[in-house]
Amino acid sequence: MEFQSLGIHEQALKFRALRNQVLSSNIANADTPNYKARDLEFKDALIGAQSGQLSLKTTSELHQQAWSTVRGSGRMMYRVPSQPTLDGNTVETDVEQAAFAENALQYRASLAFLDGKLRTLRYALKGTD
Amino acid sequence: MSLFKVFDVAGSAMNAQSVRLNVTASNLANAGSVSGDPERVYRARQPIFSSFQETLADHSGISGVRLDGIVESSAPVELRYQPEHPEADEHGNVYVSNVNTIEEMVNMISASRSYRNNVEIINTTKDLLLQTLSLGR
Repeated sequence: MEFQSLGIHEQALKFRALRNQVLSSNIANADTPNYKARDLEFKDALIGAQSGQLSLKTTSELHQQAWSTVRGSGRMMYRVPSQPTLDGNTVETDVEQAAFAENALQYRASLAFLDGKLRTLRYALKGTD
Repeated sequence: MSLFKVFDVAGSAMNAQSVRLNVTASNLANAGSVSGDPERVYRARQPIFSSFQETLADHSGISGVRLDGIVESSAPVELRYQPEHPEADEHGNVYVSNVNTIEEMVNMISASRSYRNNVEIINTTKDLLLQTLSLGR
């Protein structure tokens, strides 16, 4: 069940949670040979969430939607490293840490927005704080 | 809640890094060990990491770290002429382990940094989850 009144924040929170996992996977594999760092694009997820669904055109009921177009997920992209490494690993720990910190902050922001929405709803229901 | 997988991912990385620290400790402890037999002398060991995602998550892109094994270095062992040594062979030679102390120190620093990074990841994610739990209170 999705509450319309919670706006886009519910999906934003899901996206942030997913991105948190992808970034922590990058940092976990910072020393794994041949591991390629990945990240999610917020823009794609936003477009997907705004337009209801960013979908492939289907001409038959049997056609399936691609995973990457499922609502709120965004595309998984490989990161382009700024420096090459000898072992084929493309994780740059400082970049990943910055992205992780940024994402955690945005997760908290989404939580704060959701909290405000819920407070508003409760106020509307009760009439008092 | 999908954030829980972060604990598995970061936990597997911490496990791998702690094995790496253990191996480094073993290498450093045996740095100067000698033997009269080149087959029996201590050789530096290195853990081999790889990423895996079969069991952790159905989602591609989220993978933990697996320890594939520990390999011995194939670098040549140092030959030292020391006929008074009790372990010396018939030519008066002993073989010294091929541990490179500088490499091991660098390995140690790298392992401890990576371990700490993963602890931070777990702490941050734990904070986020706790905050999510108190949503709407």
